[in-house]
Amino acid sequence: MKLRDVAQSIRAEVLYGEELLDTIDIECAYGADLMSDVLAFARPGSLLLTGLTNIQIVRTAQMLDLPAVVFVRGKKPQEAAVKLASQIKMPLLLCQMSMFETCGILFAKGILPCHIPDRGV
Amino acid sequence: MGQEPYVEEYTIQAGDFTSIGEASTKFRATLKMLGIPSEVVRRAAVVAYEAEMNAMIHGGGGTLRMTVASDHLEIMAADQGPGIPDVALAMQEGYSTASDEIRELGFGAGMGLPNIERNSDRMNIETEVGTGTVLTARIDFPGQ
Repeated sequence: MKLRDVAQSIRAEVLYGEELLDTIDIECAYGADLMSDVLAFARPGSLLLTGLTNIQIVRTAQMLDLPAVVFVRGKKPQEAAVKLASQIKMPLLLCQMSMFETCGILFAKGILPCHIPDRGV
Repeated sequence: MGQEPYVEEYTIQAGDFTSIGEASTKFRATLKMLGIPSEVVRRAAVVAYEAEMNAMIHGGGGTLRMTVASDHLEIMAADQGPGIPDVALAMQEGYSTASDEIRELGFGAGMGLPNIERNSDRMNIETEVGTGTVLTARIDFPGQ
């Protein structure tokens, strides 16, 4: 699914990267407020959903080759995070819904979870 | 790449949360420039980032160094912090001595060292209470 379709599905506002939305395909996603878990489990190419707002969210996504970040619960990333995202051309989306609802909508649209070795999936 | 390993080193400043990851980002860019396979680059980036985070949070700053040889790379993080009294305990997922401030930022969940071990082919920790910690992690290139 194109990132633009993701944004429309969850009625997200595009904070940065409007012109990049049609260039990014999303197959799977990882939702967490724990960046340590993201670093452990997110698959490259996944969409990151989080309610945290600091610069390390963008940095974590960059390290793992995650193409974009959705900030849920109406959270807005801090200025330093937005600045870094614009430097590395990483789209940032703002969604008013809860993590649960956002993930639920995307899951229903066919976005897959990331590989979790302990569950054998 | 010639016979001589390529070495890149950065100083990690204490207490500067915003800048954590800058050194790891530079390592990552270097590895991409060298044409290292993307899976190796991703693993190295996670190892370096977690090590950089640990050195800042627990070690009060230190040094982060990456060495790239023809068949592997090595990341070393050295600090002069308090050291790790019980390495086996520190290696347990979920065990953490990080402050609430760090936890509120989404880190310090006791996943750092296990993440480093998971993403490297060999990891070594030399630590002494009151002196500091030196972590080295090696990643072999595919086909080696």
